Order: sequence, then C-alpha cells, then structure tokens
Amino acid sequence: PEDLNLPNAVITRIIKEALPDGVNISKEARSAISRAASVFVLYATSCANNFAMKGKRKTLNAGDVLSAMEEMEFQRFMVPLKESLEVYRREQKGKKEARKDKDKKADSEEQDKSREEDNDDDDERMEEEEQNDEEEVDN
Amino acid sequence: AEMAARLSENRLVSLPLSRIRVIMKSSPEVSSINQDALFLTAKATELFVQYLASYSYKHGRGKEKNALTYSDLSHTAEECETFQFLADILPKKILASKYLKMLEKEKRDGEVGEGDEEDEEEEDEDEA
Repeated sequence: PEDLNLPNAVITRIIKEALPDGVNISKEARSAISRAASVFVLYATSCANNFAMKGKRKTLNAGDVLSAMEEMEFQRFMVPLKESLEVYRREQKGKKEARKDKDKKADSEEQDKSREEDNDDDDERMEEEEQNDEEEVDN
Repeated sequence: AEMAARLSENRLVSLPLSRIRVIMKSSPEVSSINQDALFLTAKATELFVQYLASYSYKHGRGKEKNALTYSDLSHTAEECETFQFLADILPKKILASKYLKMLEKEKRDGEVGEGDEEDEEEEDEDEA
C-alpha cells in the first residue's frame, strides 16, 4: 500500500512558520492539517488534469497547475508560485549543465552512488531522471 | 557544498517531491506529470498548509489559549468557502451525549413516518 501521508516533521515545521512564535499545535490539529494537505494535492491534481485534458495533453504541466490554483480560488498563491518556479527552473538548468560536462560513464556511476545518499539527493536525482524520460517522450 | 547549503536552509521546497508524486499518481486519470508541475504542486501544498493554519488560528478560539486546535480547523472548513472542500474530512465534533440525543430524535421522527407506511402495508396484506 502506498503512503499517501506527508511527513509529520515537515508539516509541523511549515505550520510553525505560519504561526506566531510559541503557539501550541495540538497533535490532532497537526494530523488534521496533514490530511487536509493530502486532500489538497488530490483536488489540485484532479483540477489540473482537467486543464490538461482540455488541451488534449496527457502530461500535466506547470500551466495546468497554475490554472488549477486559480480555479480553486487560491489566487493569492499565484505570485509566490511563479517566482518559485523561476528559481526552480534556473536551478534545474544549472544542474543539467553541470551533468552534461561529465563523462557518460561517470554519469551512470554517479546514479548508482546517489541512490545510497540521503532522500533529498534521491529526490533531486529522480527528478532529473524523470525529466530526461519526458524529454525522450517528447522527441 | 552548494547543494548541502540548500538542503539545510533556504530550501526552495520542503515537502518531498517523491511523496507528492505518489499522491498525485494515485489519481487514476493522471498519466504523467512534468517536473515543473510536480514542483508547483509541492510548493502550492506548502502555501496551502500555511494559509489553512494561519487563517484557522486567526479566526478561531484556540488562540485564547495560545494554541491552534482541531476545532479551529473544522470551523474554517465550515465557515470559509475556499476551504469547504475539506468539510468532510474535518467534521465538527460534538459531545457523545448530544450525539445520542440526536440519534434518539431521528429515530422518533423516523418512526412517525414509517408507522403510517407499515399500517398501509398491513392493510394490503390483509386484503391479499
């Protein structure tokens, strides 16, 4: 069975950042927010997917997610999301160029090695692999 | 060294993209998700968590005790249109004694209506 829950520690940290210092968050409240966040992902995905289907595309793209946010009446997210996306794209581009500089053989060795590293690195590596896969599909 | 710095502070996003992806893919009609869409969904979820928490705290009674409570959250889901999609998963809580009284009342109301129908059925059976 897949784990559709988000990590408690991360959720707690995000909540704390939004509240004044020293405010207590009951375990029940934290758990409820975590569930709400999962539901949010599902709702946003469904909404974004409708936009993709309207555009006769099978792959959800950034525009679909942004349109979904507007549809769900979270316009307040638009500016921070667009700004973050710009930074993210620059980061991804930088990583890609760094990888291209390396030997192909070295690349495969690194991929094997990165799986042993902590989760965060795995996420980033996985993202790059996914991105490469999608590029091949587009070609 | 640069990557290590990013991981500890000033992360662009804290929620793990791999987990967000699992949740998104659990939707049967979704085929594939482009990298940017995955990132945006994760980031939007963080913004959502912050919005839900701060809104609930601001409009709730928990702050009288310097806390964010479940009740604050369910109140938000009920009162605020933007968060109404959460109403089913954040139901209001009531005392058990009140709930039992509600059940008894529903049962009484139900019997008044059902009783008439049963009488009719019995008459039919007699006729048959």
